[in-house]
Amino acid sequence: MLSVQNLGITFTMYDRGLTQKQLTVITQLDLDVKAGEVVAIVGASGSGKSLLAHAILGILPDNAKVSGKIFFKGELLTPQRSSNLRGKSIALIPQSIGYLDPLMQVGRQVQRTAQLSGLSQSAAKAAVARTFDRYGLAPIVQRLYPFQLSGGMARRVLVSTAVVSQAELVIADEPTPGLHPDVVKETLNHLRELASEGKGVILITHDIEAALQIADRVAVFYAGTTIEIAHAQDFPSGKIRHPYTQALWRSLPQNEFIPISGSQPSPDALPEGCLFSDRCPWVTPECLLDRPPFLQVRGAPVRCIHAGR
Amino acid sequence: MAAPSLPRRTSIRFNRRQITLWSIAFCTFFLTAIVLSNWFMGDTGLDPALTQRNQPPSLTHPFGTDWLGRDMLTRSLHGMSLSVRIGLLAASFSAVIGTGLGLAAGTLGGKVDAVITWIIDVFFSLPHLVLLIMIAFAVGGGTKGVIIAVALTHWTSLARIIRAETLQVNSSDYVQLSHKLGRSPFWIARHHMLPHVTPQLLVGLILLFPHAILHEAALSFIGIGLSPHTPAIGIILAESMRNLSTGYWWVGVLPGLLLLLAVKAFDTLGENVRALIDPKTSQG
Amino acid sequence: MLVGEQLAFRYPRHDWILRDFEIAIAPGEVVGLFGPSGFGKTTLSKLLAGYLTPTQGRVIVDNSPLPDRGCCPVQLIFQNPELTVNPRWRIGKILAEKQMPDRFLLDALGIHPGWLDRYPHELSGGELQRIAVARVLNPATRYLIADEMTAMLDANTQALIWRMVLDYARSQNLGLLVVSHEAALIKRVCDRAIDLVQVSALI
Repeated sequence: MLSVQNLGITFTMYDRGLTQKQLTVITQLDLDVKAGEVVAIVGASGSGKSLLAHAILGILPDNAKVSGKIFFKGELLTPQRSSNLRGKSIALIPQSIGYLDPLMQVGRQVQRTAQLSGLSQSAAKAAVARTFDRYGLAPIVQRLYPFQLSGGMARRVLVSTAVVSQAELVIADEPTPGLHPDVVKETLNHLRELASEGKGVILITHDIEAALQIADRVAVFYAGTTIEIAHAQDFPSGKIRHPYTQALWRSLPQNEFIPISGSQPSPDALPEGCLFSDRCPWVTPECLLDRPPFLQVRGAPVRCIHAGR
Repeated sequence: MAAPSLPRRTSIRFNRRQITLWSIAFCTFFLTAIVLSNWFMGDTGLDPALTQRNQPPSLTHPFGTDWLGRDMLTRSLHGMSLSVRIGLLAASFSAVIGTGLGLAAGTLGGKVDAVITWIIDVFFSLPHLVLLIMIAFAVGGGTKGVIIAVALTHWTSLARIIRAETLQVNSSDYVQLSHKLGRSPFWIARHHMLPHVTPQLLVGLILLFPHAILHEAALSFIGIGLSPHTPAIGIILAESMRNLSTGYWWVGVLPGLLLLLAVKAFDTLGENVRALIDPKTSQG
Repeated sequence: MLVGEQLAFRYPRHDWILRDFEIAIAPGEVVGLFGPSGFGKTTLSKLLAGYLTPTQGRVIVDNSPLPDRGCCPVQLIFQNPELTVNPRWRIGKILAEKQMPDRFLLDALGIHPGWLDRYPHELSGGELQRIAVARVLNPATRYLIADEMTAMLDANTQALIWRMVLDYARSQNLGLLVVSHEAALIKRVCDRAIDLVQVSALI
């Protein structure tokens, strides 16, 4: 349904004084999402996860320049098309209640989302009632304001904003931090349900365990590029390929809790050659020459020349 | 494979930041020129030259002459320069009062804050111009009167803004942490508050000048400000009123236009400095 | 010992967030405080570190009440580093607020010398959190409260920061309170844990 090919995003910013400098924050990003599948995007802060979501929705700031192509349902996604489809075919489940208008009742806000996606007022009202019911929100909740909602209720309302719009591609941006484990499970299950209805779901998170609970495939982002797109079951079975992915898995508290040192390079100081070369345990001189292309290793793409191990 | 590159645009067109900086430079130059015009033009144009009375604008007298034959351009520039200098002085005093009270209200809180807020509210509720005239009159008028009157009435908006900024910083996590790490309130005011407040202060100060200048002009116009012998803009405009009906329009309109330009220059300067400083607008 | 005696807290005219809460942390001990958001974890952290005054009860550190001024022996590390640094200061100044940490400590946390000249907005969340941690690790600190310290960070940065903090706490015999909603982390890192859900169910 969604195909991102060789995406690059560069920001033009003002350096000290009069000069402008280019900051390339995303390079060679490839990703694809099929209908009915959940793809998780996992990566540290600053790796470009939210930016990708913004690019798909067409809400990048003015000083961003985009290269590469994004295809949605076979057709090129231009800024014009993004803005037409936003809220209709492509919906975002925002990170927090802060994205809602604090002065408007939530029922009305969700209804507006439905109307903006093309439904008539009565159809929208019905959709809101139906969706709230589906997620176990009593009718009275429609008249509450965002600050009156508990954590779990807020999550369900945010999911409803995407569901009422009948969107085919749903992007959930960091839906789980700080929540009760039960609420986390429930939220993730809702997303899984959406996928089984035939929608494509992108789950953006830095929490691998949450991702693995429902994802079919996991795309790992590092320093603005995709370094591996693994199947979810590769993780527990130890088949993950890229050294960074392996390091992430190993550093979980329920695994070995062993980190690798260093930190993700910043966009204005990217290394030559492989972006992970300054921290990689397998680094060899060839790694420093050029960015590795995507190679198919054991059935999944990986950006590492040593991944065959 | 290298990162995608943008076409070179900075050498062909000016980017927005450059435009902003050029505006600031231009306004500053214009205003400095006015202030320094005193020294460059000398006093010759101020002497009456009765043979050249009431001449309309021409090449020798770009602003024409008045009923005493004095060159209006020289008079206007002198007047403007004087008005700007007085306005700057008054506005600066005002800014100091405003900042001091605002910082005190924000950092010390409690009773101090309550008292200062009450004073601010009182000032806001009194009619601005009436207060100005009353103070100028009470202090005896003249240059001193104008400066004191303007200084004592214009600090309130700035004080409010500074107080709000200070309160906001005071309740932030990093200031509380600073306390916990053992730093004294003075240290916190100096290192945390002041840098935060300085941009607002600068912008507020620049935008205060035109206000002060206009009030000086107004006070002089109605006779309470500078003495009629000093060629301040207000005086010039007051005198020109008598001559408008006789058709000598340049005696009032042209100095008025100069005043307008100077005030506009300050305004533009202030807005551009704010655009530069405000992080929301300073990028892209 | 860091002791919270019969701590109770509420905002005026609001419901009680904590009631009759007792807690004791010995030097060298790593205690976990487990619970999801909304159960008073952050309130408790702030009470123990002196950012909030208890409505009832008191906090005692090494047999005296929490000091009002001067350097507090109990330091709190917040969840969101972006809010706890002055955005107008350079990193070097932020680190040196109390006392510049020594080189060895900075290296252990992976803090690049090159970062010292930068501003907070130029660093990522993970990098800023390392700085927030380094900042409070000075000789006057005897007890550390980590309030969801790594909740916003990826697994690798989380493991890195925790390893370092645990080593430091061990070497300096600090008492450590780990506040988190992640059971796996608490199990891995703590000597014992308090489950706030169970505690509040008893109220």
